[in-house]
Amino acid sequence: MTGGRHLELAAAGDTVLELDAVTKAYGEEPAGGARVDALRGVSFAVRRGELVAIVGPSGSGKSTLLHVMGTLELPTGGVVRIDGVDPAGLDDRELSRLRARSIGFVFQQFFLSEHATVRENVADGLLYAGVPTAERYRRADEALGRVGLADRATFKPTKISGGQRQRVAIARALVGRPAIVLADEPTGNLDSTTGAAIMELLRELHAAGTTIVMITHDEGLAGQLPRRIRMLDGRVVGDDRRDRDVGATPADSAGDRDVLAAPDDGTTDHSVLVVPDDGASEGDR
Amino acid sequence: MTGQGGRLSLQDGLRVASIGLRARPLRAALSALGIAIGTAAIVGILGLSSSSQAGLLAQIDRLGTNLLTVEAGQRLTGGEATLPLEAPARITHLADVDLAAHTGLLKDAKVYRNRLIPEAESGGLQVRATSLNLPSVLTTGVARGRWLNAGTARVPVAVLGATAALRLGIDRVQPDQRIWLGGRWFNVAGVLEPSPLAPDIDSSALIGYPAAQRYLGYAGVARGERQPGPPSTIYVRTATGREAAVQALLAPTANPDAPNEVTVSQPSDALTARAAAAGAFDSLFLGLGVVALIVGAVGVANIMVISVLERRSEIGLRRALGATKGQIRTQFLGESILLAVIGGVVGVLAGAAATAAYAGAKGWAIVVPVEAWTGGIASAVLIGALAGLLPAVRASRMPPTVALRTA
Repeated sequence: MTGGRHLELAAAGDTVLELDAVTKAYGEEPAGGARVDALRGVSFAVRRGELVAIVGPSGSGKSTLLHVMGTLELPTGGVVRIDGVDPAGLDDRELSRLRARSIGFVFQQFFLSEHATVRENVADGLLYAGVPTAERYRRADEALGRVGLADRATFKPTKISGGQRQRVAIARALVGRPAIVLADEPTGNLDSTTGAAIMELLRELHAAGTTIVMITHDEGLAGQLPRRIRMLDGRVVGDDRRDRDVGATPADSAGDRDVLAAPDDGTTDHSVLVVPDDGASEGDR
Repeated sequence: MTGQGGRLSLQDGLRVASIGLRARPLRAALSALGIAIGTAAIVGILGLSSSSQAGLLAQIDRLGTNLLTVEAGQRLTGGEATLPLEAPARITHLADVDLAAHTGLLKDAKVYRNRLIPEAESGGLQVRATSLNLPSVLTTGVARGRWLNAGTARVPVAVLGATAALRLGIDRVQPDQRIWLGGRWFNVAGVLEPSPLAPDIDSSALIGYPAAQRYLGYAGVARGERQPGPPSTIYVRTATGREAAVQALLAPTANPDAPNEVTVSQPSDALTARAAAAGAFDSLFLGLGVVALIVGAVGVANIMVISVLERRSEIGLRRALGATKGQIRTQFLGESILLAVIGGVVGVLAGAAATAAYAGAKGWAIVVPVEAWTGGIASAVLIGALAGLLPAVRASRMPPTVALRTA
């Protein structure tokens, strides 16, 4: 319940993630009918310390957006900047180093190794960052402490609950102290109670200063977060932020206005770069 | 962040490369089995042939290579030559000849267990008159009973070669043990041990020269006297290292009138040749081993292809964690090599164990050639690398988003 305070902190910080007119197309160019435009000119910025939900129905391009933000895919057009680095010009080695150092991923399916302990799973988050083994384990224990699983370090993932597994995955994303954590439907495989606990954890991490971008199709979950970027058909159709947390009443929060209906509203009172529907993306269509 | 993000340490590399093996140990064991069988076959064949070679060489060493035999050859005009009666005595006077023993083959005498045996069933056994120093020259021991002496050489008493005793069914020597030899009864005084350098002795019944002359009429004339003989084979022990020099002199010494009618040979040559043959690998089994290795390689490649498909999400995750394409490639290549090397090591151990068991049973020295086990493990590394190359390249080229999508 401290989100508001940290937003002020965030406002003072620099930009961690920046997308400028990013497009992503799959399939043959340009004549082929199989071409799919997954992103049609997406622009927004995320500042250090923000907690952002990217929300949209399936097929809205939010998964592609996550891949582009995470440098797992390069955009067809536009510019992405992660922690000040444009991945477009990097080779595989440099791109991998960027992922190892600056980005933490949390996936819906957790992706834990069943044959390694919880500690080893978390320590693997540092495996490709060139951190010595002892240091990896020390930081893994620290990260496990942050997600409340310090007492489960020696367990195998098969011996802990689904919610705990996702906490392990979150600890793995945190262990390298990345500039940004990208979470892809982190509660998608969990029941609502467990999911709520994970959301609480994300808010706590955010409160402690971690920058988190979470992808979800769940409006209810997105509504709990301080800032929501709405996607539809490969475009950003809304970006609203409120200064109070979810506990506040809807009436006193400007951010609770429904921006879907009126996209032009999105940029009014907040200094976030939002280009919900500009001419360029119109031309893409 | 320190984050040079380059190579994994060897320890980390091994841990990552062995994940698949630890996750599915049974599958890993089965796919390594093919390589293990192939390696075991190759190492076993090489080990067994080396051990049997070592066994033969040890035997040659024991028997000595300084034994030469002088035999009557063929006359120029055809027909069989004989050695002069004096030949053994002359040879004894040669420098560098330590000992000379001789036997004379009694072509017309046959030996049977008793007089009821049909004449045709001689069993391929021969009757030879022998000088009394034969066992010491051949270094052949007496297995049972006693060797001939000056007394028994004059009376109807025989000593049997190892094979001859076996064929006559005589496995112990009793005072009244008799055999039907040359149309009369001979007592059996003893049985010799096998004599690898003179196989003819093994299949012979040996009697003294005086007995041969007295009872079987085996005699010739020398210097105007009737003497028993002539010898048909002379066994010569030379001073060690002087074999060639002595060998050159033996024929003219044995028969100065017709040295070309004398055949001189070195019986250890035959054993040496056998040792060389034993060292030559059994190409059929080696070929089978290679086939097993190839089948094993295909099995490993197959498992690796499946493994890469199954572990797409792991590949995607590792890429998301910052693994380079090269690190993914190394991981799967390493896994494949590890799998093959485990098979190779097990195969080498199995092949060595088979060699040890067989060589131990045969009483040979246990020899597993260095080339066999290093070659076995090296070929396993090579096989693992070849089998894993394609799957590893595939894994490294898999786009991370594709890998993550198929969870």
